Amino acid sequence: MSIIKPSFKNTGFNKLCLSYCQLRSVSVDLNHDASLLIDIPDALCERDKVKFTVHTKTTLSSFQKPDFSVPRQHEDFIWLHDTLVETEDYAGLIIPPAPPKPDFDSPREKMHKLGEGEATMTKEEYTKMKQELEAEYLAVFKKTVQVHEIFLQRLSSHPVLSKDRNFQIFLEYDQDLSVRRKNAKEMFGGFFKNMVKSADEVLISGVKEVDDFFEQEKTFLLDYYSKIKDSTAKAEKMTRAHKNIADDYIHISATLNSLAADDMTANKKNLEKLSDLFEKFRKVEGRVASDQDLKLTELLRYYMRDIQAAKDLLYRRARALADYENSNKALDKARLKSKDIPQAEEHQRQCLQKFDKLSESGKKELTSFKGRRVVAFRKNFIEMAELEIKHAKNSVTLLQGCIELLKSN
Amino acid sequence: MATSSERSPPPFPDSEDQDVLDTEEVRGRDSDEDEDLFGSPSTSPVTGMDTTLTSDVSMKPPSDIMNDPLIEPMSSQTENKPASEPSDDFFDLTNNVSVVAAAATKSDDFVDILGSETGAQRGEVVKADVTVEATIDKSEVTAGITDPLSQQEAKQTSTAPVIDLSGDSQPVTSKIANPLVDLFSDAPPAAEAKKPSSANVDLFDDEEGSDIFAEPLQTKPAKQLQKSLFGEPDEDVFGEPLGAISKKPVPKEQKEKSVTTKVTAGGPLQDSKPANIFSQAAASTPSVTSTVNSKSNGVHSEEEGDIFAAEATVELSLDSPRNERKKEAIAKPSAPTPTSLPAAASLTKPQPPALEELEEEEEEEEEDKFDIFVSVKDPEKIGDGMNAYMAYKVSTQTTLPMFRNKTFTVRRRFSDFLGLYEKLSEKHGPNGFIVPPPPEKSLLGMTKVKVGKEDSSSTDFVERRRGALERYLQRVVNHPSLLQDPDVREFLEREELPRAVSTQALSGAGFLKMINKATDAVSKMTIKMNESDVWFEEKLQEVESADQQFRKLHALVESLVVHRKELSLNTASFAKSAAMLGSAEDNTALSRALSQLAEVEDKMEQLHQEQAANDTFTFAEMIADYIRLLGAVRGSFDHRMKAWQRWQDAQSMLQKKRETEAKLLWANKPDKLQLAKEEIAEWWVELHRWGAGRGVGRDGRIALAAWC
Repeated sequence: MSIIKPSFKNTGFNKLCLSYCQLRSVSVDLNHDASLLIDIPDALCERDKVKFTVHTKTTLSSFQKPDFSVPRQHEDFIWLHDTLVETEDYAGLIIPPAPPKPDFDSPREKMHKLGEGEATMTKEEYTKMKQELEAEYLAVFKKTVQVHEIFLQRLSSHPVLSKDRNFQIFLEYDQDLSVRRKNAKEMFGGFFKNMVKSADEVLISGVKEVDDFFEQEKTFLLDYYSKIKDSTAKAEKMTRAHKNIADDYIHISATLNSLAADDMTANKKNLEKLSDLFEKFRKVEGRVASDQDLKLTELLRYYMRDIQAAKDLLYRRARALADYENSNKALDKARLKSKDIPQAEEHQRQCLQKFDKLSESGKKELTSFKGRRVVAFRKNFIEMAELEIKHAKNSVTLLQGCIELLKSN
Repeated sequence: MATSSERSPPPFPDSEDQDVLDTEEVRGRDSDEDEDLFGSPSTSPVTGMDTTLTSDVSMKPPSDIMNDPLIEPMSSQTENKPASEPSDDFFDLTNNVSVVAAAATKSDDFVDILGSETGAQRGEVVKADVTVEATIDKSEVTAGITDPLSQQEAKQTSTAPVIDLSGDSQPVTSKIANPLVDLFSDAPPAAEAKKPSSANVDLFDDEEGSDIFAEPLQTKPAKQLQKSLFGEPDEDVFGEPLGAISKKPVPKEQKEKSVTTKVTAGGPLQDSKPANIFSQAAASTPSVTSTVNSKSNGVHSEEEGDIFAAEATVELSLDSPRNERKKEAIAKPSAPTPTSLPAAASLTKPQPPALEELEEEEEEEEEDKFDIFVSVKDPEKIGDGMNAYMAYKVSTQTTLPMFRNKTFTVRRRFSDFLGLYEKLSEKHGPNGFIVPPPPEKSLLGMTKVKVGKEDSSSTDFVERRRGALERYLQRVVNHPSLLQDPDVREFLEREELPRAVSTQALSGAGFLKMINKATDAVSKMTIKMNESDVWFEEKLQEVESADQQFRKLHALVESLVVHRKELSLNTASFAKSAAMLGSAEDNTALSRALSQLAEVEDKMEQLHQEQAANDTFTFAEMIADYIRLLGAVRGSFDHRMKAWQRWQDAQSMLQKKRETEAKLLWANKPDKLQLAKEEIAEWWVELHRWGAGRGVGRDGRIALAAWC
């Protein structure tokens, strides 16, 4: 159990300090290796920046101390991810997807709206709405911390990546890494690179695949990616709809309450009961929404990103394959012209080597990815089903209790 | 105010006069039909209008009487006979006083039953009281007259001869009797209705009346009433004869004679009373109902219905005064009412608030007992294009005797429902009744249906409207007074209904209505009524705030429904997406899990949809109903205010006329003086009519109390 204290400055949440018990990471099942344990016990939210405390416990000799903590920001994580992606040696690996940027805009915006609409609500209603928003904010915060933690844990549990020098620096260096933010040019460069990559993907898609396994993987991943992306969007919408209903319950409950206050007849009690029921329903519905969000939407979202990473791996392999083909052609040309033959041979050999290496590790990575995915889905689905059943049972008892009460009146 | 037209029904002028005596009571209930008329008489009794009224009564009663006897023969003889026997026993057992009490007890029951019926009946009730007094007065005088009646009784006891007599009498009476019979037919159901209401019986246990009640005979109540009217000596005789009369023609003839003799001896007042009595007796016979439609009188079926109601009410009215007495008696354990004469006298005048309260209670009890269920089913689109409309099947299930069948079904279109509301609100709104409002016209929704798009929103719309119409009708028939309205019955029973034209929004009538509404709104703003009644002030505020809250709640529930629908939609699309994902998944177990997830989500989508529908139909629609009802409640407040204003006007006018009269008196101009006096009388009536309007307030209060 770790405690996280987010604080929110310069927002509607004025220095909101909350502590809560963080749930263990949900989306990935990692074979934990006791030699390197990483968690984020604490995080502080200031303005747009979130400061994470990264805590490491290790028995590895490459670290100076067995137990240490360092402060890190979201940008540091991105930097770590980028360096890993750019390292040639890791081309055959699925690099864990970088955590998404913390997004507190939506709860903040809602808070703003709530402040504007305060006049139209009763005090009680407003308080409840505010609580609801705070809870929402907290959930977002929790999720943010979680994805960052998962990113590091994925790295630490990876046999190759856990040995990475940059990773170790990230964990150990106790000063601010002060990674500078990407400047405009770099941002544009990144964007340009992406364009080139997509164009390249289209170009090399014409290259004939030599390995059935990769051929299958490719079609599967492409298909799967589009489907899971769709599912993620839909699940998100569904979760939001649950949330909206929970919010409606707040208002209905409050209105029923004020009706009850005006009512002087025997109906007063009934109205109060009803208002009470809606209030309780609100809580259940809110739990349904947040659990669904955590167990379903987050899972889908994470694997969407993971599959993107796997697709990147396939791209790199396909690139290597294309290079190899090209080098073959170059070799043929060179032989025809009887010119630069040894260089071409050397280049062709290197390309082949690289391609083979990529294929080998890629195969391993993809197979393990598949197993990992199945396990994670299974675990999350079971948990989600259990929670849904719990909530449904709660609703039934609530309703039954209410019916009893109303009848006994 | 359609008062003038309402007054017109010829048979009941008597009732108005009589009403005067019981004014207060009348106000409470008379709202249905002739409220205005009743209202005016009600105030008058104090002033001395009574005498004129009574004279009026006397004028008409003879004819009634004649009719009644005829009718009685018509009624099934067999049925009446058994009833009559028990009643006879009753008489024997009870002293005169006790008889009165018994009548009173019966009357109470009647009142309950009748309470459900329209205010018109109440007015009649008042009349009955008046007549009772008159009869009592004259009964002493007419002791000799009663003798023939006693003879009749003797005949009755010997049933065989009676039968013979009846055979003779029937041919003669049949023609005349038919219309009357129709009128009376209504009464019997009322009598039946009375029987089931046992609550009152308990109160009266001490008295012998309870025994009478226990006996299921319909005729008894009628007999008792007659007895009471005639005073103690007459009671025995009459009670039996009435039963006998209804059964046997010969006795009827005798009765007629006796009646006539009485008339001559006792004077016009007496006549009127016996007539009423007879009519009641006739009403008691169940056979009559079939002939209701016959318009031999030339009166429209609706009018007939009114007449019936009136007659039924007469019975009630008779009962009611006694009830009052009984109530008093109950209040004071001293018990048996004093001798019939004083009792009668006391009956008319006392009319204490306690009665009103009791009546209210009775009304509420009755509501629960109403055994009528109306369902609206099978919406069906008829026609094409913009002339298309939706027709609904209106099925009624009832055990109420006022309907000819236990179940019947008619087809009605939406505008018919609106037309019914128009009629009801015109008639009853000004009396302070809360007339349940129908669902609003919806141009947009209907246009969609008309265009014939078979999408979910139009079926949704039709279903919503169907539900709303059903609840609306059920509310109408649950209203004790509205149920008695001939228009309601016609709406439920008649195959073909004249097209309701005025309900079209764009028609000329609709335009007129809009103008009326606008003027109403203006006058509402200009009328400054200093509310003297704190109760109303509070209630008005309560209603206003409740209205606001309900509106808010309705909007919220609507948005909840919208969100639920959204959720259902999103769940559906997620289910589809999960199914796709499952098909894309290459791990068999996970693929199966995903497709199962898709299935579950699919089912959840259904559930969400159902929940949204339930929210709409049971929650949102209910709230919408209440919003409309609150509107109706406010409408009755407005009516009350209007009545108050007219009353004020009448008061100031009367003041003016009086002044001119005084001036003329001073100036000694006899010719003009006469004119002025007439005018004063006129305005006096007017004043009391609107003064009675204050009764509207009381009605409103009752209705409100019931509503809350």
